[in-house]
Amino acid sequence: MATSTTAPDADQREPRAGSPARKPVRRPRGPRRSLLPYLLLAPAIVLELAIHVIPMVVGVWMSLLELTQFHIRDWSTAPFIGLENYRATLDLNSAAGKELLHSFWVTLAYSLLSVGFAWLLGISAAVVLQRPFRGRAILRALFLTPYALPVYAAVITWSFLLQRDTGLVNHVLVDQLGLMNDRPFWLIGDNSFWSLLVVSVWRNWPFAFLCLMAGLQNVPGELYEAAAIDGAGFWRRLRSVTLPMLRPVNLVLLLVLFLWTFNDFNTPFVLFGGSAPEQADLISIHIYRSSFKTWDFGSGSAMSVALLLFLLVVSAAYLLITNRRRDDHA
Amino acid sequence: MRETAGERWGRRIVLTLLALFVVIPLYVMVTSAVKPLQDVQNGFTWWPSRPTVQPFIDMWSTVPLARYLVNSLVVSSIAAVCSVAVAIFAAFAVSRYRFRGRGVFSVTVLSTQMFPGILFLLPLFLIYVNLGNATGIELYASRTGLVITYLTFSLPFSIWMLVGYFDSIPRGLDEAAQVDGAGPLRTLFQVILPAAVPGVVAVTVYAFMTAWGEVLFASVMTDEGSRTLAVGLQGYSTQFNVYWNQIMAASLVVSIPVVVGFLALQRYFVAGLTAGAVK
Amino acid sequence: MSRRHLGIFTAAVLAAASLTACGGSGDDSAASPKTLTYWASNQGASLEADKTILQPELDKFEKQTGIKVTVEVVPWSDLLNRLLAAAASGKGPDVVNIGNTWSASLQATGALVEFDDAALQAVGGKDRIVPAALAAAGAPGKPPAAVPLYSMAYSLYYNKKSFADAGITAPPTTWEQLAEYGKKLSTGGKWGLAIEGANPSENAHHAFTFSQQYGGEWFDSAGKPTFDTPQNVSAIKRYIDFMAADKITNPSNAEYAQNQSVSDFANGKAAMLLWQSAGSNLKTQNMPADAYGVAPVPFLASPPAGGKKVNSMVAGINMAVFKHTKNKDGALSFVKFMTSDEEQTILNKTYGSLPAVKTAASDPAFTAPEQKTIQETLVTTAAPLPQVPEESTFETLVGTAMKELFADAASGKPVTEESVKAKLTDAQQKMR
Repeated sequence: MATSTTAPDADQREPRAGSPARKPVRRPRGPRRSLLPYLLLAPAIVLELAIHVIPMVVGVWMSLLELTQFHIRDWSTAPFIGLENYRATLDLNSAAGKELLHSFWVTLAYSLLSVGFAWLLGISAAVVLQRPFRGRAILRALFLTPYALPVYAAVITWSFLLQRDTGLVNHVLVDQLGLMNDRPFWLIGDNSFWSLLVVSVWRNWPFAFLCLMAGLQNVPGELYEAAAIDGAGFWRRLRSVTLPMLRPVNLVLLLVLFLWTFNDFNTPFVLFGGSAPEQADLISIHIYRSSFKTWDFGSGSAMSVALLLFLLVVSAAYLLITNRRRDDHA
Repeated sequence: MRETAGERWGRRIVLTLLALFVVIPLYVMVTSAVKPLQDVQNGFTWWPSRPTVQPFIDMWSTVPLARYLVNSLVVSSIAAVCSVAVAIFAAFAVSRYRFRGRGVFSVTVLSTQMFPGILFLLPLFLIYVNLGNATGIELYASRTGLVITYLTFSLPFSIWMLVGYFDSIPRGLDEAAQVDGAGPLRTLFQVILPAAVPGVVAVTVYAFMTAWGEVLFASVMTDEGSRTLAVGLQGYSTQFNVYWNQIMAASLVVSIPVVVGFLALQRYFVAGLTAGAVK
Repeated sequence: MSRRHLGIFTAAVLAAASLTACGGSGDDSAASPKTLTYWASNQGASLEADKTILQPELDKFEKQTGIKVTVEVVPWSDLLNRLLAAAASGKGPDVVNIGNTWSASLQATGALVEFDDAALQAVGGKDRIVPAALAAAGAPGKPPAAVPLYSMAYSLYYNKKSFADAGITAPPTTWEQLAEYGKKLSTGGKWGLAIEGANPSENAHHAFTFSQQYGGEWFDSAGKPTFDTPQNVSAIKRYIDFMAADKITNPSNAEYAQNQSVSDFANGKAAMLLWQSAGSNLKTQNMPADAYGVAPVPFLASPPAGGKKVNSMVAGINMAVFKHTKNKDGALSFVKFMTSDEEQTILNKTYGSLPAVKTAASDPAFTAPEQKTIQETLVTTAAPLPQVPEESTFETLVGTAMKELFADAASGKPVTEESVKAKLTDAQQKMR
C-alpha cells in the first residue's frame, strides 16, 4: 500500500547512517514505487537542468574558446584554445590578472564586511525587539522595508543621496555639520567601496533581522528566566542563551548572505551605472565588463568558472567545518 | 524578568540609530518625488522649494511606465506561483521519501545558488533563441522566457525552505491520512499544504521579490514589449537629462505595492522561516 | 495504486506544462515581408519623445510602401549589449541605429549587411553621402557596414553672458587660451569648463581628438594598439589637466556620466562645454539659442611635430541592416527612405544634427550658427575614430582609465606623466 512509502525518520537532516538496519522493513517495495519521488522532482530537475546546469556547461565550453566579436556569431569558427583564457586572466603577472586579483580581494572584503554588519544590525534589532512594547510592530515593519524595496529603487535612491554636489550625505556632513571642508566624493575614488558597503548592508540587514527574529521565537522563554534567576545580566544572557540557541540559524544565514553578496551584481551595477570605480570593482561587475564591454566572452567565462570553483570550495569547507563542530558537540 | 534602566536606554539608542539609518533614504525618496526638477539638480534641500505632483504625472510619459509595471506584475506573479508549485512537489519528495540521488539533488540545488549569473547569461540567451528558432516557442524577448528564468532563480531557496517546513510537520498526520486511504497526492494537498501555509506564503513572497528586482537578465532578455520595471526605470536617465524627481516618483510608485504586500505577509514570512529555513 | 501514480504524474506534468503556458505573450513573430523591426537610438529628450518624433515618418513610409515598421527606441545604456545579442543569435531587429564609432566593431561580427556598390545604389547612391560620414561607417578598404543617418561633430559651446561678464570678447581658439579664459571664468562657485568625466565614451572621444593634435595614434597601421606612446600620454594629460592643473573644471565633474555637464552648462554653472549637437538638449533645459555661442573646438597653440589639425571626431549615428533579416529589400528601402532628402531634413532639424547626405545640407534649417560650425568642422577638421574591430574595446579601456584619472584629480591626487602612462599601459595590456 501507499502507506509504506513515507520515510520513517523524523529528522531528515540525519544522514543515512541509521537507515540500513531498518531498510528491510521500511523500504518501499516494488520497482514502480521508487519512481514516485522522481516524478515529483521532475519539474524541478528539468528546470534546473535547462536554466542552470546546461547553460553552465555551455559557459565552461565558452571558457575554452577564443570567443571574441569575430566569432560570436558562429561559434564553430571560434578557435579552441584550451586553457589559454585561464592562463591569460589568472596570470598574476599580467595587468589583467592583477586586476582580477584586486577585484577578488575587493569582493571578499566587501562580502565579509557586508555580511558581518548585516548580521550585527540584524541581531541588535532582533534582540531589542524581542520584548513587547508599544510601537514594536511599526518598527518591525519599518526595518523590513529596505528588504521589500525593489533593488533598483533602493540603490538609485542611495546613488542620489551620495552625489557629491546634490546629495544629502555631503549636505549634512559639509554644509550642516561642517565636519569637512572639501566635499568628498562617494561614488568615485576610495570612498566608493564604503558607499557600496553601506548600500549593501542597508539592503541586506533586514533579511538577517528577519531570520534572527524567527530564530529567536524558537528560544524558550524559560531559558531566559532561568538565566535571570542565576543573576545573568544582559550580555551574559546574550552570550550563554541567545547566541547558542541561534547557532543553527546563523550557520545557514551567514552562508546564504555570503553567497548572495559575493555574487551580487545588481547593487554595484545600479549604483555605479555599469562601470564601477576600481576601488569598488566587484568581481561580478569585472566579469560583466570583460565579457560585454570588451566582447571577450571566452575570458569572461574563464573568470566566472574560476569564481564558481572558489565558491564551491569555500562553501564545502564551511559546511564541513561547521558540521564537524556540530558533531563534536553532539 | 524586568528590564534594567541600562537595557532600556540601550534599546532606545539602538532602535533610534537603526530607524534613522532605514528612514533617511526613504525620506529622500518621498520628498524628492515631489520636488521640481531644478530642486534636484541643485544642492540638496530637506524640503521641496515648491511641492509639486508634476513628477508623478510626467513619469508616465517619459518612459512607458504603465507597460513596464504590467510586465513586472505579470512576470513576477506567474514566476512566483509556478516556482512555488514546482518547489512544493520537489520539497514533498525530498521531505517524505528516501530515494537514490536524494542527497545529490539537494546539494546540486543548493549549489546553483553559487552560480555567477554572468556565466550563464549569454549561453541561456542563445539557448532561448535557438529553441525559439527550432520549435517556434518564443522564449527570448518574451515574458514566458523571463518567467521560466526567474522561477528557477528562486527555486533552490524555495525548495530548501519548504523541505525544512515540511519536515516540521509531524508524520503522524500523513500516516493518519493514509490509514484513511489517502494517496500521496491527497496527503500532500489535504494534510501537508494546509499545515504549511506560512511556509508556502513565505516562499511565494520571496519568489515574487526575486523576480521583481532582477536587472541583469532582464536587460538582455527583454525588448520593449516585455521590459520589466527594474530595467525600464533606467529610461529616466536619458540622452538629455537625469530626471531624478521622476525616478524617485516612479520608484515610490513601484515600491508601494511590494512593500505593502510584503509587510502584510511578513507574519507568515517569519513563521515560515521559523519552521523552515532556520530550524 | 496505479491510479494514484497517474495522478501524481499528471500533476507533475501539469506543473511543467503550466510553465510554458505561463505568461506566454511573446509576440516577436517571424517577420513577414510586410513588416520590419527597427531599433532607434535615443536622440531626443526621452524614449517616448523619440517615438513620437519617429512615428509619423514611419507612417509615411508605410503609406508609400505598404511596409509596417515597428520601432523600439533603445536606451544607450542597453544598445550595444542588445546589438551584440542580436548579432550573436541572429534574432532581433531588421534595421538598427548604431553609434558610428561601433561600425567596425560590429562589422567584425559579420552580422551586418555589407553596403557594397549595389546595396549603396539601392539606398540612393554613394555620391549623395557626405564622404567624411561614410568614412566612419566601417573599416577602410571594406564595403561600409552601415549608412550614415545623423551627422555630428564636437563644438565649443560658451555662455555669452559669462564671457561678457569676465571681459572676454571672443571664444578661445587654442587650448592655452581656453585654460586662461577658464581661470577667469572659474569664480563665485562657477566654473570654466564642464566635462563628462565618468563617461568612458565621452572621454575616449576627447582622447582621440587630443591625441591627433599631439601627433599620436591609438592603433598603428597593422591595427595593433599603441596606447602608451608619449604623444598619447601628453594628450590625455592635457585633457585631465583642465581639472587637475588648470582647475577650471569643477571636481564633481569626475562623477558625471549622465550628461550632467550639459545641465551644468545650461544652468550657468559652467561657462564652456565641448559637446556634439548640444543645441536641442539645451533648448529643453530652457537655455535659449542666443544665450550661448558655438565655436570650433580649439587647437594647440604650437602643435608638436606630426600634430594634426583635427578638432573633432566624425560623430554620428549610422543605420545598419542585419543579415538575418527576412526582408532585405524592405530593409534597404527603409534605409533609403530614412536617408532621403525629405526625411533627412525633418529628422536632423528635430534633433539638431546634420544631414548625412549632401543634397539635404543646403536646407536653410542647417544654416543656424550651431549647424554652420558643425558643418564646417565636419568638412574641414574632423576625422573618423580608428575604424578597427577593437574600437569599442578602446573606448571602454581608455575611457575608463581617464575616468580613474579624473577621480584621482578630483580627490587631489597628483596626475603626472607617469601616472597617465601607467594607466594607459595597463589598458593596452588588456587588449587581446
